[in-house]
Amino acid sequence: MTKFSYTEKKDTRSGFGAGLLEAGRKNNKVVGLCADLIGSLKMGDFQHEFPERFFQVGIAEANMMGLAAGMAIDGHIPYTGTFANFSTGRVYDQIRQSIAYSGKNVKICASHAGLTLGEDGATHQILEDIGMMKMLPHMTVINPCDYNQTKAATLAIADYQGPVYLRFGRPKVPIFTPKDQKFIIGKALHLVEGKDVSIFATGHLVWEAIEAEAILASKGISAEIINIHTIKPLDEEAIIKSVIKTGCAVSAEEHQIAGGLGESIAQTLVRNNPVPQEFVAVNDSFGESGTPADLMKKYGLTAEHIVDAALKAIERKS
Amino acid sequence: MTMIETSTQGKTEDISIPKLEKIASQVRRDILRMVHGAKSGHPGGSLGCADFMTALYFKIMDQSKDFKMEGKGEDMFFLSNGHISPLWYSVLAHAGYFDVSELSSFRKINSRLQGHPATEEGLPGIRVASGSLGQGLSVAVGAAQMKKLNQDDHKVFVLMGDGEIQEGQVWEAAIYAAHHKVDNLIASIDYNGQQIDGPVEEVMSLADLKAKWEAFGWIVIESNGNDMNDIVEKLEHAKSLTGQGKPIMNLMRTEMGYGVDFMCGTHKWHGAAPSDEQLEAALSQLEETLGDY
Repeated sequence: MTKFSYTEKKDTRSGFGAGLLEAGRKNNKVVGLCADLIGSLKMGDFQHEFPERFFQVGIAEANMMGLAAGMAIDGHIPYTGTFANFSTGRVYDQIRQSIAYSGKNVKICASHAGLTLGEDGATHQILEDIGMMKMLPHMTVINPCDYNQTKAATLAIADYQGPVYLRFGRPKVPIFTPKDQKFIIGKALHLVEGKDVSIFATGHLVWEAIEAEAILASKGISAEIINIHTIKPLDEEAIIKSVIKTGCAVSAEEHQIAGGLGESIAQTLVRNNPVPQEFVAVNDSFGESGTPADLMKKYGLTAEHIVDAALKAIERKS
Repeated sequence: MTMIETSTQGKTEDISIPKLEKIASQVRRDILRMVHGAKSGHPGGSLGCADFMTALYFKIMDQSKDFKMEGKGEDMFFLSNGHISPLWYSVLAHAGYFDVSELSSFRKINSRLQGHPATEEGLPGIRVASGSLGQGLSVAVGAAQMKKLNQDDHKVFVLMGDGEIQEGQVWEAAIYAAHHKVDNLIASIDYNGQQIDGPVEEVMSLADLKAKWEAFGWIVIESNGNDMNDIVEKLEHAKSLTGQGKPIMNLMRTEMGYGVDFMCGTHKWHGAAPSDEQLEAALSQLEETLGDY
């Protein structure tokens, strides 16, 4: 039996929309920008309630990033909204120079990240965004796992001074984190205690990891599940402490292996406490059209894949 | 040598045109000495825009005494064509943002005067990094919109290069600023007709720039950026055109390398440092009015 349950599924982007509205109510410095995707990003409620603090920029993402940098100068807190692909790869140099290098307090909010946007195919399924963003000095990178956590993260970043990349998705996924759970940037969450293998998961893969834990338990294996919602700065202490206990690691994410959470964990382990690590992530490939479920299965990102990776990591211990 | 006193930050309303010209002469000396000292940098565009930026900081803009990043209750300036940084640094130093002695650190290790302007080292006067071209107009538009949101009736100024506006982002910002009626923004283009690979006309012609910006919904004025009388008059006029629902574009004709005969009107001095002999020949054409750093 899994130790977590859910009664409702919702998309993480709706958590962002709800969080942005609340952030806007709490802090009149919060401004929103969107590149012709208000419905997709769930920014309509914020736009409706704060029309004077909302800016429709049209299909012009490079300009949006520059505008946001300019808006941050006098102390406003701009939240930009578009798909993850157009939030990162398309505008990398604008983010690099005008936002990150210039230390601007811009919140880059990216929906439809990863494979799970589904049928639109690889042009829209970015799997390199975490890598691009985590390489930028000053940038914080957050990938929450459900509606509640995305809402909490959206609120938390308003109180944090500095550029943030907040990544979320399109499909409806189980809501399993507590509604009132405080979001602490850079602090990993222990979901399940275990002793045989540490499973570090982020975003949509956290629920898969929880399901994997139940399968592993039925095989007599005790898996520790840790939710790494902040990829940068990484909670190295939590990671090291866990693998000292379990002796092996699995990372799970909806991203390329290169540049992803698993790569950051591997660096931490190599420098501090090397143990076998297996990667549940996309292996140097673009995505394709299909249902989210079919894609996750084909590209190896399901609970079953996490189970297989855990068994392999445990085997490599000796 | 005639020494004149410059004010610290805060424009001098009644500063005369000859005084502005004397400041510009010293700024040009600084540019040449900085680029020579670093053995690298961009003297051509810097010399060409020296009159414009001197006018901006000593006559046109309303600035606070102490630099604050937020820039509330004051005019703001953004330099989008960041490679003419030696000009900006010299003007900022003479306007009192930091000591002129710091100009000698230009492009050297552990300096606040980076090759292209940056905020990372905390140099007063700089609000965003620039150098990768085409980004400054967007930033200026965003800052201008926040001034409107704050009901701050100060203006935002931005300078771009003419070659720079080959970048697509500029036109995204142009459409946006007109659509959103960002009418507290005065943009200028350093219309010198030169870029790294040669004349803009040959590299990639901009055709009729006035018609282009007007078609995008901007008020367009034209000025001679190397005539202090004209540039002051036109910038004052530009200020009077704000608040009419349209952003303002100042198409400013300049000559790259202006002030030094052998650097004039050629792209060869876009990004080249003068030798010792060339520096001497150039400085002999420019009066030392405020004392070299």
